Amino acid sequence: MRTITFRDALREAIREEMRRDERVFIMGEDIVGYGGTYAVTKGLAEEFGEKRVRDTPLAEEVFTGAGIGAALNGLRPIVEIMTINFSLLASDQIINNAAKMRYMFGGQPSVPIVFRMTVGGGAQRGSQHSQMLESLYAHIPGLKVVLPATPYDAKGMLKSAIRDPNPVLFLEHELLYNVKGEVPEEGDEYTVPLDRGEIKREGKHITIISFSRMLHVSLQAAEDLAKEGIEAEVLDLRSVRPIDIDLILDSVKKTNRVVIAEEGWKYYGTGQGLAALIYEHGFDYLDAPIQHVHGADVPMPYSKPLERLAIPRKDDVIKAAQGIVPTALVRS
Amino acid sequence: MAISNAMLGGLTRAQLLEMHYTMTLLRRFEEKSAEEYTRGKIGGFMHLYIGQEAVGVGCLAVLRKEDKVLSSYREHGHALAKGMAPNEVMAELFGKITGCSKGKGGSMHMWSNEIGMLGGNGIVAAQLPIAVGVALAAQYQGRDEVAMCFFGDGAVDEGAFHESLNLAALWKLPVIFVCENNQYSMGMAVEKAWAVDSLLPRAAAHNIPCEQVDGMDVIKVYEAAKRAAEHTRSGKGPVLLEIKTYRFRGHSMTDPTYYRTKEEAEEWRNTRDPIGIFEKYLLDAEMGAQADFDANDAKAIAIADEAAEFAENSAFPEPEELFADIMVDNSTALSYRYER
Repeated sequence: MRTITFRDALREAIREEMRRDERVFIMGEDIVGYGGTYAVTKGLAEEFGEKRVRDTPLAEEVFTGAGIGAALNGLRPIVEIMTINFSLLASDQIINNAAKMRYMFGGQPSVPIVFRMTVGGGAQRGSQHSQMLESLYAHIPGLKVVLPATPYDAKGMLKSAIRDPNPVLFLEHELLYNVKGEVPEEGDEYTVPLDRGEIKREGKHITIISFSRMLHVSLQAAEDLAKEGIEAEVLDLRSVRPIDIDLILDSVKKTNRVVIAEEGWKYYGTGQGLAALIYEHGFDYLDAPIQHVHGADVPMPYSKPLERLAIPRKDDVIKAAQGIVPTALVRS
Repeated sequence: MAISNAMLGGLTRAQLLEMHYTMTLLRRFEEKSAEEYTRGKIGGFMHLYIGQEAVGVGCLAVLRKEDKVLSSYREHGHALAKGMAPNEVMAELFGKITGCSKGKGGSMHMWSNEIGMLGGNGIVAAQLPIAVGVALAAQYQGRDEVAMCFFGDGAVDEGAFHESLNLAALWKLPVIFVCENNQYSMGMAVEKAWAVDSLLPRAAAHNIPCEQVDGMDVIKVYEAAKRAAEHTRSGKGPVLLEIKTYRFRGHSMTDPTYYRTKEEAEEWRNTRDPIGIFEKYLLDAEMGAQADFDANDAKAIAIADEAAEFAENSAFPEPEELFADIMVDNSTALSYRYER
């Protein structure tokens, strides 16, 4: 397999699906000439024309709602909302319409749409441009919310999202675009399901559950932990709605210990929701309290040293794991 | 005043009497709904269309079956005028499984793929962006189809109104935006909410042709809607109609209408009733007789009664319906065994 970036993997997924299905089109801010703020859509307008690659005015509510309307009337829109922070301007359309229309209209309409947006901090973009917020949407029945962490998953899951008959929020961490990974040749068809996590590293002493950029931090932590004899299993959630609870419980049954590592805030978020589910369905398998690694409970500061303190690091994950894996266990 | 056929929109006697019947049906159906609400058969919010019938009937008379309609929460009339079965509308109000949305939507959420009724929306102005997208899909796929989007005078103060008009104009989308200016957004008088006294400057700001129309005159509404449909079908982009009307009832069933005088409402009801005005036209033009109106009225009352009976005798949704139709693939918050 060749090695390409997360960004290129996303572009390939869009290109392949647009070639495959005339109904697929993409719209958003500055995706034509500019090529997208994160250059994901670069070159697509040249191939598909501006009917299928459409620049929109800076009007999140209407282009989000128009995506929903187009999906209701026979198309398969991809709406690029630039960042999840701006999606708040369009959250009425996502939460009150996309998520609810099928149910409140008695199962008649379907809303096959993908909302792509970046999430996360770490690039000194300050309070209003550094949020995760995935749990805000994962709270809502009627949506799917996914956050791939590798180029392989990014391509395979975006293709699945575009083909999915439901509204899917596809969240791309800003610091992942340049991450490289193995991906099959362009045109070698594969997809990755939207409702399954994946064990990215096998282990027996502890399960580290993570997603998006924190997966990479967790994998690095697992490397270091292995040096001291702690074999961590690293579980990439990939989707926060639905949650692959079976995969989690199977891993917990094996390791009996859990660290949840996420970039978002502590309270009422994905990590706490996961912990509650594990306690609810897997309490008997646990030999120690679940440890939670998360972002500092503050609006993201701009200043580099402060920002570093606000975002969880490898050492935080290592410490959390060390705290609940007894030395005796490691020696055995 | 003698009224010629040309002044009746060039419509035939049969077409005119059909419009009269639809207006009467909307009126009688809603009176029946109000009665059933008072009896406790209908719950939640219910926003009546009484007084505004000429707007929905006049506008929808120019649409074709494949055209799409999107509306606000005051949409029973639009659903009926687009061709939804009265039984299905009433059953929806009763929360029954035979309702157009299986009883899961209620008064504000009526849908039918067959007739192109794409919902009432409970969020003010939220249907405008969706209408823009519905029209975009029609244009994209080369279908000769328009989206007609109804909203009230309150909706034009929302950002979604301006965003939608701009994008529809920019992309020349086949949307007819219909503002039913009934002069109050809930209790807020339009002159207290608008810095302008009409929608003309707002339409001009987005480069969209706009007409102001007397919404108590169904023929004037029909003619304006016809011009709008011709314009937008020819590929020239959206049109905005500001149709001035008056709701004879409160904002919803629980509104005591403290914000307007009894005299004001009485005057509209007594002198500007859209059905009364239309009947006078028809009589003057000898295109209809009192016996025709009476027959239409009797039929409308019978249909409304039958709808209420149908709704009453229909079953409520079974408990299994609670978790049905959230996602197309029935996926839930948890994958696999724990919620299955």
